[in-house]
Amino acid sequence: MRKKSSYQLIQGNEAVAEGALAAGVSFFAGYPITPSTEIAEILADRLPAEGGKFIQMEDEIGSIAAIIGASIGGRKALTATSGPGFSLMQENLGFACLAEVPLVIVNVMRGGPSTGMPTSPSQGDVMQSRWGTHGDHPIIVLSPASVEEAFHYTVKAVNFAEKYRNPVILLMDEIIGHMRARVSLPPTSMVERFNRVHPNMPPEWYLPYERSATGVAPMASFGDGYRHHVTGLVHDAKGFPTADPNEAKNNIRGLFSKIERGFREICLVDFELMEDAEHAIIAYGGMVLSARSALEQLRQSGRKVGLIKLGTLWPFPRFALEQYLPQLKTILVPELNMGQIYREVLRVNAGKTVVEKLNRVNGTIITPNEIVKTVKGLIR
Amino acid sequence: MISNSQLVNKYFRHNKKFPHIWCPGCGIGTILGNMLRAVDALALDKNEIAFVSGIGCTGRAPVYVDFNTMHTTHGRALPFATGLKLARPELKVLVATGDGDATAIGGNHLIHACRRNIDITTIIFNNYIYGMTGGQYSPTTPHGDKAYTCKLGNIERPFNISQLVEAAGATFVGRTTSYHTLQIQSIIKKAILHKGFSVVEIITHCPTTYGRINKKGSAVDMLKWQKEVAVDKSRADKMDPKELEGRIVTGILMEKQLPEFCEQYDTIIEEAQSLKNNQQGKSK
Repeated sequence: MRKKSSYQLIQGNEAVAEGALAAGVSFFAGYPITPSTEIAEILADRLPAEGGKFIQMEDEIGSIAAIIGASIGGRKALTATSGPGFSLMQENLGFACLAEVPLVIVNVMRGGPSTGMPTSPSQGDVMQSRWGTHGDHPIIVLSPASVEEAFHYTVKAVNFAEKYRNPVILLMDEIIGHMRARVSLPPTSMVERFNRVHPNMPPEWYLPYERSATGVAPMASFGDGYRHHVTGLVHDAKGFPTADPNEAKNNIRGLFSKIERGFREICLVDFELMEDAEHAIIAYGGMVLSARSALEQLRQSGRKVGLIKLGTLWPFPRFALEQYLPQLKTILVPELNMGQIYREVLRVNAGKTVVEKLNRVNGTIITPNEIVKTVKGLIR
Repeated sequence: MISNSQLVNKYFRHNKKFPHIWCPGCGIGTILGNMLRAVDALALDKNEIAFVSGIGCTGRAPVYVDFNTMHTTHGRALPFATGLKLARPELKVLVATGDGDATAIGGNHLIHACRRNIDITTIIFNNYIYGMTGGQYSPTTPHGDKAYTCKLGNIERPFNISQLVEAAGATFVGRTTSYHTLQIQSIIKKAILHKGFSVVEIITHCPTTYGRINKKGSAVDMLKWQKEVAVDKSRADKMDPKELEGRIVTGILMEKQLPEFCEQYDTIIEEAQSLKNNQQGKSK
């Protein structure tokens, strides 16, 4: 509990741990992996003093399984990992989507594929975070672009998970994870917390997957007297497995509709100098820092360039782009991957304007000067 | 003892469409029924029981019974149960898992749960085969026996589950067969009362796949075989290893008291909180 707001010099991973505590996370299960390990170390230290619990599991499969179990027991639960561990979590991520279990996975991205470049930055897991687990499923993915945002987005991730009964992925790159900055952390009492809605009807009336008017079913914790069944099989409103086509449709469509209802709230997008912009840079995570610096230089030299900063990657905030398409002549998407968000931008753009990509996959960042040069080339 | 109709009324879900998915002659129902009798004998509150499973024929057990039930992913019942137990230590957590679920895909989770000594009771339904997928060899299929992925005979050596979990650090290990129904009840009762990680291995039969391809006869024949090969630990201790070849030792094979994970974590919480209070006191 932080009673007053305080300035601290911390790194992104520390900000995530602070955000988790501020959001009311009281359970963490994880497995050591670079470059996310600081989050586990800090929460192992801090959780017990807050009455929370930490456990180091035998692998990342067990880590996500344990946080699902703890969440079903009523705790706000979070884990942190990086690419190889995130790959191992995909199986149970799907379970959490289908069984509608609130949880947060922090993925501090490193270079891939496979063991890749463990200490180097990358944004290679954008598509994996969307489609990594099998089957159609909704997902919420947030990507912070500063140390301070790492704190606030962690809080939002926990709140969205609780509100929508859905896993949320905090997709952070190693740049933000290990960058140190002086940030102001608010007092705990000022942090907005959302707690999952519990059932208030008598237990014998409770249907664990009957959606309320919000599109989300109230969630009972095991041990609260609302005995019910949780399964990874497609299920009916009672939570029991079904092969009935109509019930199966209601189950899967219901997962999507709850996220569609919250689409505007979930989509975190910031616009910088976009009012008169004829050219846009679309960036997220650590690339926002290079883009912002490039923007300054380009504006100084009289180019009408703006920045669309994506805080939410999935669901893709298409309206943020669509509203500016009529005024834009070019769009540049710099990413530390081979063009994963670029494809989404192309899809939304649908041929209306020129979209270019700027990519890097060698463990180094794209510098502001490179962005300046590329934008100037595009404008010409 | 509770009558069959009372048992069905009290513990089975009335709002779940029966029949169950198990084949005629399957041993899983016998084990589940006797697990429920053990629970009833202990007079546990249904709200305080969590029943967790993985995937396979055994994995379907929780859906039928009126507890807090979780049917998880293949091999992962134990880490789900671990998270739940830590979140709600007051719950009695029971895990139902098959031989493939527990010792192949979930083998790593099994040995680490043993090592941690977290207060969970794991019942391993060992029928020597993957039944739900139609009869492929599992880590407990005996050497030389057949399955639909080793029609010429299994060239792998099987795990002895009870020895495996004992070596991994389980603090209670019991074994019986689906023939020995009263022993199922008595061992499960003791396993639930045991503070720490308890494993009950129950040898059972799959007449549909393992029985058919290995020409073991009917379900009744397979039960008779379980009766014949079982030898109680008290007798087995006096027999020499030659005599014990091909026999299955039953009973409580091992029991010891060691610090339990959740209780130890509670002392960590107390220590961390008093440390924090001291630091806050100093800074004032």
